[in-house]
Amino acid sequence: MKIVVCMKQVPDTETKVRIGPDGKTIDPTDVNYVVNPYDEYAVEEALKIKEEKGDGEVTILTLGPDRAIKAIRTALAMGADKAIHLKTDDKYLDSYAVAAALAHELKDMEYDLILTGKQAVDDDAAQIGARLGALLDIPCATVVTKLTIEDSTFTANREVEGGVEIVEGSLPAVITAQKGLNEPRYASLKGIMMAKRKPLEEKEPQLDEEKLEILKMEYPPERKGGRIVGKGPEAVPELVRLLHEEAKVI
Amino acid sequence: MAKFQAADFLNFDRLLSEEEILVRETVRDWVDARILPVIQEHYENGTFPMHLIPEMGELGLLGANLHGYGAAGLNNVAYGLAMQELERGDSGIRSFASVQGALVMYPILTYGSEKQRKRYLPKLAGGEWIGCYGLTEPDFGSNPGGMRTTAVDDGDSYVLNGTKMWITNGSIADVAVVWAKLDGTVNGFLVEKGTPGFETTLIQHKLSLRASVTSELIFNDCRIPKENRLPEAKGLKYPLSCLTQARYSIAWGAIGSGMACYDEALQYAKSRVQFDRPIAGYQLTQEKLVKMLTEITKMQFMTLQLGRLKDKGLAKYYQVSMAKQNNVYQALEIARTARDILGANGIVGDYQAMRHAANLESVKTYEGTHDIHTLIVGENITGISAFTPERRSS
Repeated sequence: MKIVVCMKQVPDTETKVRIGPDGKTIDPTDVNYVVNPYDEYAVEEALKIKEEKGDGEVTILTLGPDRAIKAIRTALAMGADKAIHLKTDDKYLDSYAVAAALAHELKDMEYDLILTGKQAVDDDAAQIGARLGALLDIPCATVVTKLTIEDSTFTANREVEGGVEIVEGSLPAVITAQKGLNEPRYASLKGIMMAKRKPLEEKEPQLDEEKLEILKMEYPPERKGGRIVGKGPEAVPELVRLLHEEAKVI
Repeated sequence: MAKFQAADFLNFDRLLSEEEILVRETVRDWVDARILPVIQEHYENGTFPMHLIPEMGELGLLGANLHGYGAAGLNNVAYGLAMQELERGDSGIRSFASVQGALVMYPILTYGSEKQRKRYLPKLAGGEWIGCYGLTEPDFGSNPGGMRTTAVDDGDSYVLNGTKMWITNGSIADVAVVWAKLDGTVNGFLVEKGTPGFETTLIQHKLSLRASVTSELIFNDCRIPKENRLPEAKGLKYPLSCLTQARYSIAWGAIGSGMACYDEALQYAKSRVQFDRPIAGYQLTQEKLVKMLTEITKMQFMTLQLGRLKDKGLAKYYQVSMAKQNNVYQALEIARTARDILGANGIVGDYQAMRHAANLESVKTYEGTHDIHTLIVGENITGISAFTPERRSS
């Protein structure tokens, strides 16, 4: 079984991001970049399926600048077999352009299954999986917490409001991973040393024109200081009213 | 407690390769996720987190700088960074890995027969088997050459008699590398758990390295097959060569405990307010923090250079002595200072500094005491040995 994992490198969630001088991009200085956490579930699932089937090949497909190599090596160290790096400059690309570039590449590849995270934690757009399904004209199940692969079909548990939806579809298909799908493994130290010897192809992506443009980025509003409503038991009714009507927390 | 922020004041990372950084990040994440949540409880209960041994094997942390037979094959810098992160968790965890790798797997790989390598190394690398190293005796610590344990040639076997003391992993080990005198010459022997005449007792009531098993090994007419002698190790310099390997890992480990304490003290000082100002805003506290960071930075560069030399086969035992001695001494000072900055909070287990400080008291003494390492360097620079005539460094 040939599995492709579409993986993105994102700022570490612990990093405090700053807006760059142009007001439209993230300042990359001192930012620690990691594998998008939801894509880690996708990598793990691909490795598990390969191990369960006893054969197969896991290819990492990443679009991004030079620095994305670190994330690619991490996935190779976890056990992926090879990788394709579609190299871009650090410019922002909208979800359409990214999905189209990945789809162009995927059209030349053999695959039975495409796995990716349900969203990237930097832009939270959550569009790539669904767009790939549409562009490649294959089934797509999103926000998946359990996946079973048969010969030519898959069964997936999808997380929906208040419950689980179980869907079935034919392969090839796109599956987007949700937390809970699995517990991603650590790259082994031996895997890290072997990662550099695994095939890594660097390519120019075929970039279509974007359909969205970032006008500007803003920080979230600063948190305002607290307010003292009053003192003693007589302040309680007013506090309750404010919590109910203004803060809307009770 | 906020997530650990590693000190890197002089862009140390710029001297590391992509793999070296990835190894460190991987072990760092593992320590955050698996060691830190459980270590305090194990420390209080005086237990080693046994459930983590298979994971350490799977990750490749055991004998990580050795090549072949299931070992990860890291270079010595990547290996050192992994040891740094383990000791950032706890000195007991790093001690486990040092003993398994440098004191058990290293001599079997370097001085063992092919049969011995095949029998032991894959299991030890994978964490299926645990090893220990018996050199020190109740009456012979800094002077191991005086050991009283003997091996006697008796037909198809050797018969061991004697006692080894302060043995990390002793009571949980599946195989012990034991040094004993055979016809007056120190030799290495492999003794498996359950061999008649081989017993261990756990050393209780330790106030340091509590999350680590320390034992006494007792050999009473313990008969082992002849094939269990390490064929290539005849003489005291062979066990000492293993210690050089372990001391190298300790030098890195000490940086880890120092970094943990510095980070904890810095975060605490910035958030602890006294007289309407964070205590980090007072000159006395700043002086302490700067001293800590300066020493960590010096340790990083000295130890990195040692690792690069080791990878080229150029590291000398006396250079390792300088790094072990300096780093453990400075890490202990850092841990004590961190405890001081933490005030009363520093004495409770919610914070790490006092646990690291207590651990480092042992680390300062084991694998060649602080003073012995001073004398090893002293002998090298003066050409005059301050040891007794029978104690020769290798």
